[in-house]
Amino acid sequence: MADHSHRMGAITRKTAVLAFGFVLLAALPGIAHLMDEPFLVSTFSRVLIYAMAAVSLDLILGYGGMVSFGHAAFFGVGAYVVGILAHHAAEGTTVLGLAGTNLAVVSWAAAVLVSAGVAAVIGALSLRTDGVHFIMITLAFAQMLFFLFVSLEPYGGDDGLMMMGRNDLFGIDLSDDMTFYYLCFIALMAFLLLTRRLVDSRFGMVIRGCKQNERRMRALGFPVYRYKLTAFVIAGAGAGLAGALSANHTEFVSPDFLHWTMSGDIMIIVILGGIGTLYGPVVGAVVFLMLEEFLPLAFDSVGLEGLKEHWRFLFGPILILVVLFARRGLFGLLAGREARDG
Amino acid sequence: MLLFLEQLLNGLQLGVFLFLVAAGLTLIFGIMGLINLAHGSLYMIGAFAAATVTNWTGSFLVGLLAALPITAAVGMAIEFVVMRRLYDRDHLDQVLATFGLILFFNELIAMIWGRPPLFMTVPDILNGTVEIIPGIPYPIYRVVIIGVGVLVALVLYGVIARTRVGMLIRAGSTHREMVGALGVNIRVLYTLLFGFGAIFAGLAGAMAGPLMSVQVGMGEGILILAFVVIVIGGIGSVRGALVGALLVGVVDTMGRAFLPTLLKTMLPPAEADGIGAGLSSMAIYLLMAVVLVWKPRGLFPAHG
Amino acid sequence: MKMRTWMAGLAVAALTAGVAFGSAQAADTVKIGMVTTLSTGAGYLGQDVRDGFMLAVTEEGGKLGGIPVEVLVEDDGRKPGTGKQITERFLKRDKVEIVTGVIFSNISPVVAPLTLKAGAFYISPNSGPSNFAGKQCDKNYFAVAWQNDTLHEAAGQNAKNLGYTEAFILAPNYQAGKDALTGFKRYFKGKIVGEVYTKLGQTDYAAEIAKIRDANPQMVFHFLPGGMGINFLKQYVQAGLKDKIPLVLAAPSMDYKIMNAVGDMALGIHNSSHWNHDLDNPANKAFLAGFEKAYGRVPTVYASQGYDTAKLIASALAATGGKVMADPDAFRAALEKADFASVRGPFKFGANHHPIHRWYSRVVEKGADGKLVNKTTGVIMEDHQDAYVGECKM
Repeated sequence: MADHSHRMGAITRKTAVLAFGFVLLAALPGIAHLMDEPFLVSTFSRVLIYAMAAVSLDLILGYGGMVSFGHAAFFGVGAYVVGILAHHAAEGTTVLGLAGTNLAVVSWAAAVLVSAGVAAVIGALSLRTDGVHFIMITLAFAQMLFFLFVSLEPYGGDDGLMMMGRNDLFGIDLSDDMTFYYLCFIALMAFLLLTRRLVDSRFGMVIRGCKQNERRMRALGFPVYRYKLTAFVIAGAGAGLAGALSANHTEFVSPDFLHWTMSGDIMIIVILGGIGTLYGPVVGAVVFLMLEEFLPLAFDSVGLEGLKEHWRFLFGPILILVVLFARRGLFGLLAGREARDG
Repeated sequence: MLLFLEQLLNGLQLGVFLFLVAAGLTLIFGIMGLINLAHGSLYMIGAFAAATVTNWTGSFLVGLLAALPITAAVGMAIEFVVMRRLYDRDHLDQVLATFGLILFFNELIAMIWGRPPLFMTVPDILNGTVEIIPGIPYPIYRVVIIGVGVLVALVLYGVIARTRVGMLIRAGSTHREMVGALGVNIRVLYTLLFGFGAIFAGLAGAMAGPLMSVQVGMGEGILILAFVVIVIGGIGSVRGALVGALLVGVVDTMGRAFLPTLLKTMLPPAEADGIGAGLSSMAIYLLMAVVLVWKPRGLFPAHG
Repeated sequence: MKMRTWMAGLAVAALTAGVAFGSAQAADTVKIGMVTTLSTGAGYLGQDVRDGFMLAVTEEGGKLGGIPVEVLVEDDGRKPGTGKQITERFLKRDKVEIVTGVIFSNISPVVAPLTLKAGAFYISPNSGPSNFAGKQCDKNYFAVAWQNDTLHEAAGQNAKNLGYTEAFILAPNYQAGKDALTGFKRYFKGKIVGEVYTKLGQTDYAAEIAKIRDANPQMVFHFLPGGMGINFLKQYVQAGLKDKIPLVLAAPSMDYKIMNAVGDMALGIHNSSHWNHDLDNPANKAFLAGFEKAYGRVPTVYASQGYDTAKLIASALAATGGKVMADPDAFRAALEKADFASVRGPFKFGANHHPIHRWYSRVVEKGADGKLVNKTTGVIMEDHQDAYVGECKM
């Protein structure tokens, strides 16, 4: 089950694909500047952030079989923690007795902790059920938080909350797109490394065992509920960090971050890229966001401007085709049979 | 007190309407094990079809009757092209594929009809009010919705519990192969069944037209409510859907009606309005969470 | 392996196509980026802003104020994240100098700062959130349509002028809704017998309607934009209340598309607007005739705002000879003059670059051809300015 290819050092198709992907993403800002398309750096920062949220979902979805339809909740909570702290720092006021802050170390840690805490509560209640009920109860909790933020008047409600610039990370200038891109890149790589180790560990075996046959795992004496909840919390924390980065990227947070279609988007990215592969969601994020960006433009260039705003008319069927016929996702197509380990 | 009764009636009426939307959803899940997000799209198609035909012919009844076969046909087409490939898949695949259908249908409708809302109104004979509760004029059309909802509940109960088709349905949901072996063409049966479920979505959409804005995306908010309803009731159970719908309708309405006033006794008015409104928009999700924590499979868990 | 080549191919094809599309213009063309909402149920707002804007461009044969322009239009899908992507592409790749088109107040906090930071001009054809009119006003930010609150201030004044002394008011429980009710109250000054906040995207209003019946006020004001307002009106009429407790509304609740969707139910509803079809000025007559000829439909108020935005830009381009970011001070000074014939009549900018203009009262009537029309009945306020101008330090 573990990743033997790495251990044996053999260059398999999967390793080749991964190495290629790594180099491509690492060199992306350079490529973008060579192509004279510097805006792509910012676009790809967003790709990396979405990829991180999707990887965190894949951890519970692909490996633990927990189909959370409310993952945007943790993403949004993480973003709001950063936004709210920055808001109070700008106003010089306090929240729950704490001063606001623009320090990345503090506010990102807070984002991770708070979203982990929210995930712990939602997970503890939701994991009492499973199957369709689990899908729907996670959706319900996300909706609750969505309406909560919509009605939070001090933080802009539905109009959202603006940030006066990005957070301060040890004096590094995050407003520079290239710097911010590499920050997202490092964060994503670190998170991938962490999740990789996690799924290969004993903990990961138990989680995967639960997906295969939960009753058996329980019979073997594993405290299944606790294991699943831990995975759920880690996923929530990962999504929270992605949200914190996203708030910095757009310098703005709004309830749209928690909308149920956002949960749907993250889920689509996982499926598109390949469920239970960890790396697949990264491929999924690239393709999904590039389609969103360029499908409308493609209509333009072939003279179908009238169809431009209807690009989802094509995207819907593409999604259905992927679900029906490309079960291993794009990463599966790229890396072959060994892509999936979940 | 009179106001309380009126709001209770409003809640029950909303509940019956939600049952109309949720009935087809729970039926399809209960029998086919299929989770269908595109149910909201079928609801939207029902409303658009009814509005268009009503505006052509000038008769709401004709519009309503036309909407039913149209949604059934669209439903069967969906089943034939997409759904039948999803029966053996897990719920995740079903959620995503039907999410794709939502995107597709929203754009299709926008391309055919445009994005501005369509005209649709109550027919003259159903316009006006009656006093069900003395002193409270109540819209006749809402009474009609209650009537249609009760009728649908009775029909569903009758079909499932009393007829040969219902027997096959109940058998099919647990022993698909067995029914197939009995010489019943299960593929055709499922296509027809899906069309049958779609009819309910179309009926709900057509009935909603005179009461609500007929526009692209109208099915999505309702879809989420319908899911809340069937999850509370127990997915797949028609009885559960009825109880769940009434509960959601009453909790939602009562929350909107009385929560802000109630909070005003404890909080300053300005805050009470905001928090009250916030809480009441979360109330049904709270209800759902509580029910699921208490009974993880819903109030009336369907067999299997 | 094949998949990877395919993907790379797709990306490259899309990019080159986009580049070719973007660069096929002469060097002295001024580029204008339009970030607007074309999809979702609210898409017709963006479509009308776009069509109104493009009408002005087509009238001049691809120019504004004698200067060749290239207008890039993209759909933000009402999502802030998408709005950001498009704006960055416009600014960094296409080098647009003017960004316009934003419809909703949850998109402008993303699009406007990006634009302003790049030194480009942001000209809003619709949304006018309070922060950009007050504390966060900016020398390169202009709002052509209105500051959000003023829509409802006009409605409040209108209700007062109509002789009402008590009102029941409702709006969705979000920022724009709360601002709307505050704006209404600022000028209504009568007694508020009920103030209710509803759910965003609510479909059933039976509970609220029962409350209204119970409170029995002289009139009802609501700000329920789009489908929510249609839901409410249909149900309000069915409850038999419309003739007993009249509605007094603001412009977005009674545009021509909404009137089409509710038909005779709209008859007799008092509402207020800064523009109307029957305004008797030459610019408006030319606009109406041109729009109907070009698109075969009646323009909404959003189209008029798109058209005014283009005309404003045209006046400034003509004054600077097409220099925008090359001479921002001159372009800004030209914009500030607002030297164009607005379809709404007198128009000038306040110190915070938001309009000072006239508000008209209207009532929905049946026209000679049996179709519903909004008939202008008078002027509610002359030279009305928003309440935030004092907070703006420019």
